[in-house]
Amino acid sequence: MSEATEQKKPAGRRKFELDPRLASYKGVWVFVEHERGVAHSVSWELMGEGRKLADKLGVPLAGVVMGAPGIHSRHFCQEAFHYGADLCYLMEDPVLADYRNQPFTKGLTDLVNAYQPEILLLGATTLGRDLAGSVATTLQTGLTADCTELNIDMENRSLAATRPTFGGSLLCTIVTLNYRPQMATVRPRVMSMPKKDETRTGSIIENSLGLIETDIVTKVLQYMPDNLQDKPQLPFADIIVSGGRGMKRPENFQLIWDLAKVLGAEVGATRPVVQAGWVDLDRQVGQSGKTVRPKLYIAAGISGAIQHRVGMEGSDVIIAINSDPNAPIFDFATYGIVGNAMTVLPALTEAFRQQLATAKVAV
Amino acid sequence: MHIVVCIKQVPDSAQIRVHPVTNTIMRQGVPAIVNPYDLFSLEEALRLKDKFGGRVTVLCMGPPQAEAALRKAISFGADDAILVTDRAFAGSDTLATSFALASAIKKIQEDMPVDIVFAGKQTIDGDTAQVGPGIAKRMDLQLLTYVSKIVDLDLDKREITLHRRAEGGVQVLRTKLPCLITMLEGTNEMRFATMPNMFRAARYPLKQWDKDAAGIEDVSKIGLKGSPTIVSKVFAPQAKTVRAEIIDCESKHPKDLSVTLLTKMFTKFPNLAEEIGKGAG
Repeated sequence: MSEATEQKKPAGRRKFELDPRLASYKGVWVFVEHERGVAHSVSWELMGEGRKLADKLGVPLAGVVMGAPGIHSRHFCQEAFHYGADLCYLMEDPVLADYRNQPFTKGLTDLVNAYQPEILLLGATTLGRDLAGSVATTLQTGLTADCTELNIDMENRSLAATRPTFGGSLLCTIVTLNYRPQMATVRPRVMSMPKKDETRTGSIIENSLGLIETDIVTKVLQYMPDNLQDKPQLPFADIIVSGGRGMKRPENFQLIWDLAKVLGAEVGATRPVVQAGWVDLDRQVGQSGKTVRPKLYIAAGISGAIQHRVGMEGSDVIIAINSDPNAPIFDFATYGIVGNAMTVLPALTEAFRQQLATAKVAV
Repeated sequence: MHIVVCIKQVPDSAQIRVHPVTNTIMRQGVPAIVNPYDLFSLEEALRLKDKFGGRVTVLCMGPPQAEAALRKAISFGADDAILVTDRAFAGSDTLATSFALASAIKKIQEDMPVDIVFAGKQTIDGDTAQVGPGIAKRMDLQLLTYVSKIVDLDLDKREITLHRRAEGGVQVLRTKLPCLITMLEGTNEMRFATMPNMFRAARYPLKQWDKDAAGIEDVSKIGLKGSPTIVSKVFAPQAKTVRAEIIDCESKHPKDLSVTLLTKMFTKFPNLAEEIGKGAG
């Protein structure tokens, strides 16, 4: 993605011919990220998306698994097949037990140079962003960060990667024409999880890293896992109640917490609310916060700026409460109540409470 | 010890507005600020200088008016400031930007070797998080992104120990200098500018480097030419074909509106009722 987008002229519809030296780059790759024996779900979300791209191009879809030798790596390959990969490039080495930039950059760069994929996708996680930036620089190719949509421009078979720009007020589509591979990262939960097909299989192509521990400058002294219990888990919550600047005052946010409690929901917020310190950063939903895909998302006092929208429009049902009937949130919500959130929220909380009580009696 | 901190001047994205009719960015009157993520890296660099001595040089690539960002950094306590500015940089994407900045840092090193380079985790306008890793790769520095804490710095052994945020936990890493660090947000708080530093910032003879001064010979690696990514389209998001169903009822009372909403919703999405019962139970 451009750091200076505004100075660029759109490429338009000019005639494009791929450098013949790049024509040998074929296939779509997804980097399979894992930590402590568990694959990151973003890898499978990308595998689902990669499948669609590969089908459009008529090329195979491959997973890239790098890690310490052992049962885990093989298992990740099998999972990759279940989620849509046709083959996996496996690189096992004790040096790859923990993520470190140097060996992973070398390994992934070597694989790309050896097998030449046209598209390489990674999750926009702390690992994926660290690795993608280094690999793209080493390969001297283009990398588009935090995409919200991936497509193929069939006219020139190039990857059209769409992402928010200008602090999330507009969207832009970015292409990497005469460089390969075309690289992109996508944040967790932006794409939906594909269906798992356990009958699918594929072939594993093994490769070696060619580094030993003494070659690697950075050492992992310790790993301290997070205590997940004290952290809100918005990305996987089924119900989320969020508030925005329209809640007017921090004390009004209690109304959000009240509704969330009745529903057993997580509490979310927009960027201005988090910046004002009303709620923790862990609860920010949007381009610079968490992307969520709950079954029900209730947005109170939220206008629906793109910054926020890209983080929650994957929700199944969206209820929007806003006093402005022209607020953009009503353009993509399922249901809207035009009204003051401070009076609607308590009423909605009570209505849900009654509904739950009735449901219990019925059981 | 010599530390270089890369900063960027960005428009305050909280204040960017899109023209409702033309869908273009309304730039007029949007104030320019130092990228907020860069301040965590600058503060960490200043803390290391407080503890171990040495110099902090701030480096910025951008248009001439970006000198305001560098003066701000001087007012916080940075020693030197260099603005890399040239029309030839216009249109640079992250690959071209990291090339230009790495070239400038190599030039800085000719006067005084650099032990640590700091960069922001990402910017608030591009949000790519790619320039830091790009500089590290080009200069062959150890890359340490998302650092939450610097535990120890041993200048005799040239070793640094720090905490790095991983997805499910924190890695405690030890590596060798020189290295490139990007700090995680919220890990420290930027100090206030002191009066003497503010005076110094106002009078500081800022260095302006064009591409030649920054040691860039190969112009095919900067600007639009050096940028593999091309913006093919900028657009406002489409409204869904179906707008939200606005709940209405005769009384317009919030209570009745809420009940109407739930009735409609649970009729159309019966599974949701179950889901909510589960969550609450």
